[in-house]
Amino acid sequence: MSILILAEHDGKHIKQSTRQAVAAAGAWQLPIHLVVTGANSADIAREASEIASVAKVLHADAAHFEHPLAEDVAALLVQLGADYKVILSAHTAFSKSVLPRVAALLDVGMVSDAVSITAPATYVRPIYAGNVLSTVESSDAIQVVTIRATSFAAAAAGGSAEVATVSAPASSGLSRWIKEDKTVSDRPELSSARVVVSGGRSLAERFDELLEPLAHRFGGALGATRAAVDAGFAPNDIQVGQTGTIVAPELYFAIGISGAMQHLAGMKDSKIIVAINHDPDAPIFQHADFGLVANLFDAVPELTTALNQ
Amino acid sequence: MKVLVAVKHVVDYNIKPRVKPDGSDVDIAGVKLSINPFDEIAVEEAVRLKERGVATEVIAVTIGKTNSQDSLRHALAMGVDKAVLIETDVELQPLGVAKLLKYVVEREQPSLIILGKQAIDDDLGQTGQMLAALANVGQGTFASVIDIKGDEIEVTREIDGGTDVVALKLPAVVTTDLRLNEPRFIKLPNLMMAKKKPIETIKAADLGIDISPRLKQLKVADPEPRKPGIKVANVAELVEKLRLAEVL
Ligand SMILES: Cc1cc2nc3c(=O)[nH]c(=O)nc-3n(C[C@H](O)[C@H](O)[C@H](O)COP(=O)(O)OP(=O)(O)OC[C@H]3O[C@@H](n4cnc5c(N)ncnc54)[C@H](O)[C@@H]3O)c2cc1C
Ligand SMILES: Nc1ncnc2c1ncn2[C@@H]1O[C@H](COP(=O)(O)O)[C@@H](O)[C@H]1O
Repeated sequence: MSILILAEHDGKHIKQSTRQAVAAAGAWQLPIHLVVTGANSADIAREASEIASVAKVLHADAAHFEHPLAEDVAALLVQLGADYKVILSAHTAFSKSVLPRVAALLDVGMVSDAVSITAPATYVRPIYAGNVLSTVESSDAIQVVTIRATSFAAAAAGGSAEVATVSAPASSGLSRWIKEDKTVSDRPELSSARVVVSGGRSLAERFDELLEPLAHRFGGALGATRAAVDAGFAPNDIQVGQTGTIVAPELYFAIGISGAMQHLAGMKDSKIIVAINHDPDAPIFQHADFGLVANLFDAVPELTTALNQ
Repeated sequence: MKVLVAVKHVVDYNIKPRVKPDGSDVDIAGVKLSINPFDEIAVEEAVRLKERGVATEVIAVTIGKTNSQDSLRHALAMGVDKAVLIETDVELQPLGVAKLLKYVVEREQPSLIILGKQAIDDDLGQTGQMLAALANVGQGTFASVIDIKGDEIEVTREIDGGTDVVALKLPAVVTTDLRLNEPRFIKLPNLMMAKKKPIETIKAADLGIDISPRLKQLKVADPEPRKPGIKVANVAELVEKLRLAEVL
C-alpha cells in the first residue's frame, strides 16, 4: 500500500505546498507516489521525481490538462486511487476543488486542512476559524486528506524517482476552461513568504503606496483583511484569514487591522506578529508580540525609512 | 429554471465557541445559531436570479435538527419560494449531507444548485464538490460572479493568485465565495410573513440513505495560546526589538 499525492505546479515548477504535502506524508512511512498533470509537462514531472522520498511519479500528460478542470482530475485520481491507502494534497484552491469530488466517487469521507497526522488514520484539524482544534479518526479504507501547508516543513530535493506515464481519462465534457487572470508579481507567494505585510480597510486608497515599500524591504508578500478586499483596496487573492489564505511567516505585520477572529484564523501561527493600530484596545494587540499604538499613516513611512537606513 | 440552495444552521460568526470541560466537543448549548454566511450569499444569488426573471422557483433545503428551521425562515424572508427540512439527529458530515441533497436534486430536478464554499463551524469545504460528483454534474467552486448563458453557466472563481472562469453545462453546482454578492437586509414584516409560510419536513431516516459519519471526533482542545507580547513606545523601539529577534 502506498500514498498518492496530487502535485500542483504553476506551469513551470512544482509548488512549495506540494513539497510540504510530501513531508506530511512521511507520517505513514509508506512509499509516496506523486501524480503530475499537465500538457507538455515532462520537465515538471522530472522536477517532481527529484523531490526526496518520492518513490514514483505518475505523469498524466494530455492536451486537456493544460488547464486542468476539477471534474477531469478527479476522474484520473479515481482511476488510480483504488490501489492506494491515502490520497493526499495541500489545502489549496485546486485540491479543495478536486479531492472532495474524489472522496465522494470513492464513497469515503474526507479530512480537510489537517495540521498534524498520526498514522494510520488520526488527524488534528482546526474548526470554528481555528478557535478549536479537533482530533478525528477516519474509518475509511482509503483516506482522502488535505493538509495545511504551513504546518509542515517542505521535503528537500535530492530524490531520483521513476517517472511512469499514465493515461488520462477523456475530458468529462461537464465543464470548460475559459480563461484565468492571475496577479503577476515579482513578490513571493503569499502562503510561503518569509515576511507578510498585511493591511486593513483603514489604509484605503493608500494601501499599495504605504505597504509596498515595507514589503519590498523584506522581499515579502502583501496581505489584506476581508474588509480591505471588499472595499476594493486590495485584490481578493491576498485576503488572509479563515476564508482566505492561511499564512505562518517568520514575521507578520498587521497594519490598521482590528484583529477579528476570522482574520486571526489565517495568521496567528506566524512566528512574530507586529501590530500597528491607533486604538490601544484593538484586539489584535492581544496576539501581537510587538504592538505600536500609532497613526499608521505616520508610523508606516517612518518604519520603512528606519529599516532602510 | 429551478434553483436549489443548501443552507446550514451554524454557530453565529460573531461567537467564539467554547470547548466543553471534558474536551469531548464544542459546547453549543444556548449559543446563538444563524444561517451560515456563505449560504446567505447563496440564497441572495438565487433570489436575485428570480427577480431578474432567470429563475422561476427557488427552493431552500437544510439538513439537521428541528431548530435548523430558523435558517429556512431566514431564507424564506429573503425571498425563496419553498423550504424543505430533512430532519435528523445523526451527526452530519459532508458525504452524508451530499447524499441527502442528491435525493432532493433528483426529486426537484433543479438546473442550478448553489451551496456555500464552506460551513464556518466545521470549516471543511467539501459538500458542494461531493454533491456535484454524486449527481455527475460540473462544479464551479468559490464563485465571485455567475452568468447564465443559454444551457451553460459561466462561473468566475476565486483561486490562489487570482481568478479563473469556467463554463459548466446545466445542471451544475456552484459554491459561493464572499464577494459573489452582499445579502440584503431582511425587513421585519418579511420575517413575520416567513414565520407563517409552510416548511416541508422529511425524516432522513425514512429515506433509506446511509449518512453514518465516517470521521469520529476523539477530542477537541483550545489551541496553544501565544506568549503575551509587549507594546513598544515608538518606531525606533520597534526596529530595535525586530533587530534583537533577528528577523531583519
Ligand atoms: C463568514 C466570514 C468570513 C470572513 N473571513 C475573513 C477572512 O478570511 N479574513 C479577514 O480578514 N476577515 C474575514 N472576515 C471579516 C472579519 O470579520 C472582519 O470584518 C475584518 O477582518 C475586519 O477588517 P479590518 O481589520 O480591515 O477592518 P476593521 O475591523 O474596520 O478595523 C480597522 C482597524 O483599523 C484601525 N485604524 C483605523 N484608522 C487607523 C489609523 N489611521 N492608524 C492606525 N490604525 C487605524 C482601527 O482602530 C481598527 O482596529 C470574515 C467575516 C465573515 C462573516
Ligand atoms: N446540514 C446541511 N444542510 C444543508 N446544507 C449543508 C449542510 N451542511 C453543509 N451544507 C452546504 O454545504 C456547504 C459546505 O459545507 P461544508 O462542506 O460542511 O464546509 C455549506 O455552505 C452548505 O451550503
